[in-house]
Amino acid sequence: MSREPLVLGIETSCDETGIGIVRGRTLLSNTIASSMEQHARYGGVIPEVAARAHLEALQPSIDAALAESGVALADVDAIAVTSGPGLAGALMVGVGAAKALAVALDRPLYAVNHLVGHIAADILDADAGPLEYPTVALLVSGGHTSLLLVRDLTTDVELLGETMDDAAGEAFDKVARILGLPYPGGPEIDRVAASGDPSAIRFPRGLSRASDMDRHRYDFSFSGLKTAVARWVERCTADGVPVPVPDVAASFREAVVDVLVSKALDACRRHDVPRLLLGGGVIANRRLRDVALARGAAAGVTVRIPPLRLCTDNGAMIAALAAQLIMSGRAPSTLAFGADSTLPVTEIQVAARDAGAAA
Amino acid sequence: MILGIDTSLGTTVAVVEDDGVIRGQADSANPLAHAEVIGTLLHDVVAGAPADITHVAAGMGPGPFTGLRIGIAAARAFALGRGIPVLPVVSHDAVALEMLLHDALTDAGDGRFAVVTDARRREVAYSVYDGIDDDDGLPIRTAGPALAPRDGVDAVLADLGARRRDAHAVSGAMVALAAARALAAGRTIGPADALYLRSPDVAAPTAPKKVGR
Ligand SMILES: [Zn+2]
Repeated sequence: MSREPLVLGIETSCDETGIGIVRGRTLLSNTIASSMEQHARYGGVIPEVAARAHLEALQPSIDAALAESGVALADVDAIAVTSGPGLAGALMVGVGAAKALAVALDRPLYAVNHLVGHIAADILDADAGPLEYPTVALLVSGGHTSLLLVRDLTTDVELLGETMDDAAGEAFDKVARILGLPYPGGPEIDRVAASGDPSAIRFPRGLSRASDMDRHRYDFSFSGLKTAVARWVERCTADGVPVPVPDVAASFREAVVDVLVSKALDACRRHDVPRLLLGGGVIANRRLRDVALARGAAAGVTVRIPPLRLCTDNGAMIAALAAQLIMSGRAPSTLAFGADSTLPVTEIQVAARDAGAAA
Repeated sequence: MILGIDTSLGTTVAVVEDDGVIRGQADSANPLAHAEVIGTLLHDVVAGAPADITHVAAGMGPGPFTGLRIGIAAARAFALGRGIPVLPVVSHDAVALEMLLHDALTDAGDGRFAVVTDARRREVAYSVYDGIDDDDGLPIRTAGPALAPRDGVDAVLADLGARRRDAHAVSGAMVALAAARALAAGRTIGPADALYLRSPDVAAPTAPKKVGR
């Protein structure tokens, strides 16, 4: 393909139905329909509710993306879809739709990795220079918390560590509930933390002891932190003193941010990589961005943060990753793949056709 | 020509001419791997009928949620890709149509019957039919689709005076044929949304658990 490929990307791994249209590195549409409100009363994403919402949102979202970009489906060069990781039932809706669209249009299909998609989001940031390699990437959302070493977007992504229990976004949701705050927890914790003292309570930093450095240097754990907050709040109640919600929220947030940024910068130092890329919905947290930028600068690490709409789950990043695969000459995926809820990050593309075989 | 897709039990894809002649059909009986097989089945069937598909018939269920959705998503996306409409079909209607056509050929039993399919969780889905409409050639559904306990469905059907007929597969060709007949009769015979028949499983919000000191 001599000109830059026009790719339509479909992302349904969690609670956002994302349709993106990109031409090479240029973003033409990033349409996102979220079922978040439907999950609010349950305090977390309900997989079946999310999957039903995807089915309802897909067609209108594709229509909206085409309208916004001024692209006709007939002009699309390739279809891209998230194969995993994510919620299986939710992923399957996107996979079924993407395969049918590819067959209907007789276009190649690229099945790609959601986490690597988060990294690819950066190349759509028109205001930033090209992403340099290698880079460390910290991906933080309600569904994942992963630290990656990216030597090449399309060929070489290594998992350094990930959460052993809750994702960071989940921890925000659960602690918000403990504090009697609504879902989603991130913005709520942020709001009340604004008037709190982040050093008021020293909450534990999971997997950060010297004894953890051997096996879990880059892994995360937030369930102990959540329990510590719950215990602290219970003690207040037992002692008959009001819970200092702003201080608890600020101190909890500080513990999460500290462990995320410390481990990310530790990875930069130990791999001699002066670059850190942030991605995932929790990047919306201003304190996380501020601390990462400040401590990155002090450590001589350049921190890149794509615009927030590209950080949350979206289809544009899936399309962007596929466009990179196409431009690097990779063959499309076969039609014989499924949803893989635990797809490892090393599998950047799924079911790639044998490059030597006839198309 | 009409493309029929159904994933309410296994996965089935067929292309049928407007008069009912089957141009191609591909099936997978696997009740789990819908997402894996749908693309290849579609490709195999559509490759034989490239350009002149005018409608997509979508089996809307009832069926286990996760699989059912994949066929509906595929049907809608295919229709979008080709710029053609989706015709929704109750999956049991397609099963009933096949049974009625078969009965007519074999002079087999008549009277009221119920299509019964597995709905998992010790439940079945059933729909009751009173023969075929002579004008439009479509099954006459008089009850359902609805859920009943696996152990209690016989009593339910006895009350309805319907003979039980279990089905373990849906034919994509019959989904397409039912849609073709509905189209010819100017009728809409299926719902716009999936026939889940069951609310999503959700844990009721609970107060945070005590963790102790
Ligand atoms: Zn994500």
